[in-house]
Amino acid sequence: MLIELNNIKKEFVTGEIVTKVLHGISFTIEKGEFVSIMGPSGSGKSTLMHIVGLLDKPTSGDYLLEERNVTTLNDNELALLRNEKIGFVFQSFNLLSRTTLLENVMLPLTYSKLKVDHEKRAREVLEQVGLSHRLNHMPNQISGGEKQRVAIARALVNKPSVIFADEPTGNLDSKSGIQVMEILQKLNKEGNTIILVTHETFTAEHAKRIIHLRDGLLESDELVKKQRFANDGDQLK
Amino acid sequence: MINQFRQAIKNTLQSLLANKVRSFLTILGIVIGVSAVIVIVAVGAGAQSLILSQIEDLGGNVVGVLPGNSGNGPPASAMGIVITTLTYEDLQALKDKNKVPNLLDAIAYVKGFSTVSWGNNSYDTNISGTTADYTKVEGGEISLGRFFTKEEERTTRKIVVLGSVVAKEIFGESNPIGKKVKIKKKTFEVIGVMKERGTVAFQNYDDQVFVPIYTMQKSIKGIDYVTMMRMTIDEKGNVDIAMEDMKATLREQHGIKDTSGDEDDFTIRSADQALDVITTITDSLKFFLAAMAAISLIVGGIGIMNIMLISVNERTREIGLRKALGANNRNILIQFLLESVVLTVLGGIIGVILGVFVSFLVYVIATALSYDWTFHVSLFSIITAISVSMIIGLIFGIFPSKKASLLEPIEALRYE
Repeated sequence: MLIELNNIKKEFVTGEIVTKVLHGISFTIEKGEFVSIMGPSGSGKSTLMHIVGLLDKPTSGDYLLEERNVTTLNDNELALLRNEKIGFVFQSFNLLSRTTLLENVMLPLTYSKLKVDHEKRAREVLEQVGLSHRLNHMPNQISGGEKQRVAIARALVNKPSVIFADEPTGNLDSKSGIQVMEILQKLNKEGNTIILVTHETFTAEHAKRIIHLRDGLLESDELVKKQRFANDGDQLK
Repeated sequence: MINQFRQAIKNTLQSLLANKVRSFLTILGIVIGVSAVIVIVAVGAGAQSLILSQIEDLGGNVVGVLPGNSGNGPPASAMGIVITTLTYEDLQALKDKNKVPNLLDAIAYVKGFSTVSWGNNSYDTNISGTTADYTKVEGGEISLGRFFTKEEERTTRKIVVLGSVVAKEIFGESNPIGKKVKIKKKTFEVIGVMKERGTVAFQNYDDQVFVPIYTMQKSIKGIDYVTMMRMTIDEKGNVDIAMEDMKATLREQHGIKDTSGDEDDFTIRSADQALDVITTITDSLKFFLAAMAAISLIVGGIGIMNIMLISVNERTREIGLRKALGANNRNILIQFLLESVVLTVLGGIIGVILGVFVSFLVYVIATALSYDWTFHVSLFSIITAISVSMIIGLIFGIFPSKKASLLEPIEALRYE
């Protein structure tokens, strides 16, 4: 089992006001899955992703990542796990400006204990996303779709156990969005576990399984009957 | 670690170049502080060696007598206290070969400041009432006319010998001998002009006029004491014996029974002791200036801290991203500390270059003015300056870096 959540609750305290965001979420994700987490804004899907991505801690409940309970780990142990096990793709790309694409992709390796040639590994993953010809460009010299592909390469570079994509197509036009989904599907086919957070049904249907959240509770968890394929010629909305 | 260091230098230089004006202003404090330290140390050393060599030139066998008991500190007159215990008769007693056998020549001074005028020309200068042996003790030569005689020093004759600067200012190229000048509304006859000597050990020998000491006491100031005496001793090795003899003579003159020196109403100093006093003064001056420079470095450090805090704020998202990608608190702390240190060391290096340049400029100017100046920037002061900038970077970088390292990753990522 890659990920196992047991009754995860999360509340935020601002002064005297306590806001309950997650009311007890449980599910499991196996290695090699492609899961979409869906829900309207305010449903708690971002909070859930932050917890599963080890960026935030639950108020209560257990989270087992590769059979290891990670809810009791300290900041440094969490940083190490994020580096080794998790790759992030953000809606707003989050590339470092004034830094070449190659160096952006190499960034996670600076914090890694992985004994590999940083530059060679970065070139490899940039090739996987089809950007090997733009290694020394700056982020402001490329299109949004290309930026997101660089971000995917950066997420891949440490060979993580799971890739989180938080609204990866949210800032893109539909054509670039399809390219991004195509890459994610390809990576999944190659054995990578992918968790996609989105509020668009169309995008979500590119996954194999969809988890619906509503008001901090799990509404439904079902397999996609007819998975969409980005290279079918489908158009993202 | 090395990779991170290289990355930090690169990041810092990149953000420096991205905000050129801001970066320049940020490190300006460090640049000024460091260059000030370099200049103060270099120019201080140059000036000190210049003064010392000039005093050596004056001869180690000169002894001075000042009124009042000032121990080893600065003379009482420096604090504006007037002490009237030394007289012309004391000078005569000291010149008695039976009392101070090693004394060669001795002169007394009454100093003042006044305007010297001739027709429409006038010039403010120092008036030295002194005795006939002036040139024997202080050196210097007559270029025109003569100095006054032993007989004239005991009279109130209105005669004056001009320093070369005064002669030039008032008479230009014409011959002043025999001309009548006015000092304090009294008419003096010019009997001589001194040769040019230049400034030696803070004292400009050319910007003064000499009148007989009695004339100075009675006609100009209306006093009967002298402000200073100077004498030469036959050999440098005899200075200590001569000083003891002089003390005994002056105690006898003033009726002081106590031989411990506590009751003395005069101070006798050799050139060596004067050297010590000057060194003490210049050293404390140097410390004072260095303290000022240190304050500028601290102010510069606060500037660095300020800009680092702004930088941490601006780069909150970057910090969040780095943490999401696996950077731990220590990685972030080191990154920002390194940036702060790179910033201050860069300021330090620029400061050293600027400081060495200014010191060299001072050397060139001093040499052009024919001072015997040495250009000396020690490796020690350069290394110290750069290490101090590094330490400032560490000290003032620690708070912003700590702040950066403690940011929560999601808070940082959400930051707009």
